[in-house]
Amino acid sequence: MKQALLAGIAFILFIAAAWAPQWLVFLLALALAKGLVVLGLLLLMRTGLVSFGQGLYFGLGAYAAALLAHRGGLADAALMIVAGPACAAAVAAILGLLLARYREIFFAMLSLAFSMILYGLLVKSSTLGSTDGFHVQVRQLAGLALAAGAERRVFFAVSVVVAFILTWVLHRYLASHWGRVSTAIRDNELRVEYLGASVYRVVYANYVIAAALAGLGGAFAALAVGHVDPETTYWTTSGEFVFIAILGGTGNVAAPFLSAAIFEALRTVAAQYAPNVWQMALGVAMLAIIMFLPGGLWTLVRKRAS
Amino acid sequence: MAAVLFDGIVYSSWLFLMAAGLTLIYGVMRILNIAHGSLYALGAYTAATLGGAWIAAGYAPAGTFAMLAAAMLLVGAVMGPLIERGLLKWMYGKDEIVLLLITYAVFLILEDVIKLVWGVESKMLPEPYALPGNFQIGTLVYPVYNLVLIAVAVVTGAALSWALYATRQGKLLLAVIHDREMSAAMGINVDRVYLITFTLGAMLAGLGGALTAPMIAVSPGIGVEVIVLSFAVVVIGGLGSLGGAALGALMVGIVRSVAVRYWPEGELFIVFFVMALVLIARPKGLFSAPEARKI
Repeated sequence: MKQALLAGIAFILFIAAAWAPQWLVFLLALALAKGLVVLGLLLLMRTGLVSFGQGLYFGLGAYAAALLAHRGGLADAALMIVAGPACAAAVAAILGLLLARYREIFFAMLSLAFSMILYGLLVKSSTLGSTDGFHVQVRQLAGLALAAGAERRVFFAVSVVVAFILTWVLHRYLASHWGRVSTAIRDNELRVEYLGASVYRVVYANYVIAAALAGLGGAFAALAVGHVDPETTYWTTSGEFVFIAILGGTGNVAAPFLSAAIFEALRTVAAQYAPNVWQMALGVAMLAIIMFLPGGLWTLVRKRAS
Repeated sequence: MAAVLFDGIVYSSWLFLMAAGLTLIYGVMRILNIAHGSLYALGAYTAATLGGAWIAAGYAPAGTFAMLAAAMLLVGAVMGPLIERGLLKWMYGKDEIVLLLITYAVFLILEDVIKLVWGVESKMLPEPYALPGNFQIGTLVYPVYNLVLIAVAVVTGAALSWALYATRQGKLLLAVIHDREMSAAMGINVDRVYLITFTLGAMLAGLGGALTAPMIAVSPGIGVEVIVLSFAVVVIGGLGSLGGAALGALMVGIVRSVAVRYWPEGELFIVFFVMALVLIARPKGLFSAPEARKI
C-alpha cells in the first residue's frame, strides 16, 4: 500500500517533469537533490550520529560533476551523476576510517572541520573561480544530445527515478541485519559490542553510504542549478541539511523528500515576501519541532495513516 | 618573523575571548553554544550603536571605550538570562547534540533579529581604534589598539582563572562541572550556577564583539565565521578547559598568521587542518579529562 503510494508520487513527479512550469521543475529538482543528502543524514541519525559536515560531500559531488563537464570535456549528465557519488564515497572511505571512531558532538565537530577544510581550499583556489564558483552547462545524457531548454526537465526526470530506486534500496537496507544493528548502536553501542557485532564496521559503512548519497545530491544540484560555488561546502549548508532532517524526522525514508520539498517551497515564498525573517522562521520552526514534535513532520503523516 | 608572531598573538587574544565563553558554557552546562556567534555580533552592533551615539552627542572620543564595556555588560545582562531562563532552562537533560541543535535554532533567530533591529547596512565605530595612536616594531607600524586587545585577553584569562580556582563561587562552579547531580545533592544551587555561567559566557561573547567593532565594518553575518573558528579553538584545547582554550587560541592564532604570511591561500584551510590533526591524535582535544564508559 505504502509502496504503491510512493510509487504514485514518483510517477506524478515524473509527469511533472514534462508539464510543470520551469520554476516548479527547478524547485522540485533542488528539493530532490537535497532530499538525497538528507536521506544519507537519516541513515546516520538512525545510527545515532549527527553530521554537521554533509556539505563536504554535497560540495564534493557538485564539484566533481561540474569539473568533469568544465575541465574534463565530458559534459555528459550520466557520467556526472556517477562521478559525484563516486568521488564522495572515495573521500568518505578514507575519512570514515577516522570518523567512525567518534560519537556525538565530536563526530559533529570533526565532520564540520573536514567540510571547512574543503571550503577553505575552494574559496582560495582562483582556478576554480574562488568564491564565485563557475557555471556548468550540460546538454547530453548517456550520449544523447538534449534540446536546449528541455535538459533540466530530463535531468529532473532522471533524478526522480534514481531517487525512487535508492530510497527503496535504503528502506530495504534499514530493514536488513545491518540496518537493525544501526538502530541498536544508537540505543546502546556497548551492548551491541558485547553481543558480538562490530559497531565500527556498521558506522563506517553507513558513513560512506551517507556520503555517496550526499555526493549524488550534489551532482543533481549542480545539474539543476547549472552552477557550483564554495557555499555548497560551508557549515551553514550542512546546517540546512540537519534542519531538513530534523523537520522531516527519521521515521521513514520518504520523510527527507517531503521535508526538503516543504523547505524549498517555503524558502521560495520567503525569498519573495519576507527575506529578512526567513532564518527566524526556520529557527522558530526548529525549536517547535524539537519541543513538540521530536519525531518530525513524519509523525503527523503516520498519525493520519493509523 | 617577529611581526608574524605579533600578529598571531593579537589574533589569538581575540580568539581567546570568544573561546573562553564558549568553553565555560560547555564545561558547566554541556552545551556547545552555536548562538555564541550571534552574541558576538550583538556585542559588535551594540558597541557601534552606543559608541556612535556617544560621538554624536559630542562627548570626548575617549569615552567610546566605556561604551565598549557598556555593550559587553548590556549583551551579557540582557541576552544571557533571556536565553538561559527563557529557553535553555526547559531543555536540560536532553542529548548534547539536541542542545547543539537548539542553540543552532537560536542562532538562526538572532541572525534575523539583528537584521530587523539594525538593518542590513554596515555600521562603523573607528574612534577607539584610531585614538590610542600607533607604535613601531622595527620598521612596521602597529596601532596601539592591538596591545589593548592583548591586555584585555590576558586580564580576562587571569580574572577567569582566579574566579574559578580561588573563589568560593568558582569552586562551586567546578563542583558542578565535576558532577552536577552530586553538587545539587550537596546543596549547591545548580540553577543559579547555570544562569551565572551562561550570562558570563554571553558577556564574554559580547566583549569579543565590542572589541572587534572598531576594527571592522559591522555588518550582517559577521557571527557566522567567528563561531566555526571559536569551535576549532575550543575543540583543539579540549571542550570545557579554560587553559585548553588559551592554548588552542595561541595555536590557531599563530598558525594562521604564519599561513597569512607565507601561504595566503591556506588561511582558512590550515586552521581546520590543525583542528583535524589534534582530534586525530587526541580525540577529545588536548586538555581533556579521561571519562569512564557508561553501560
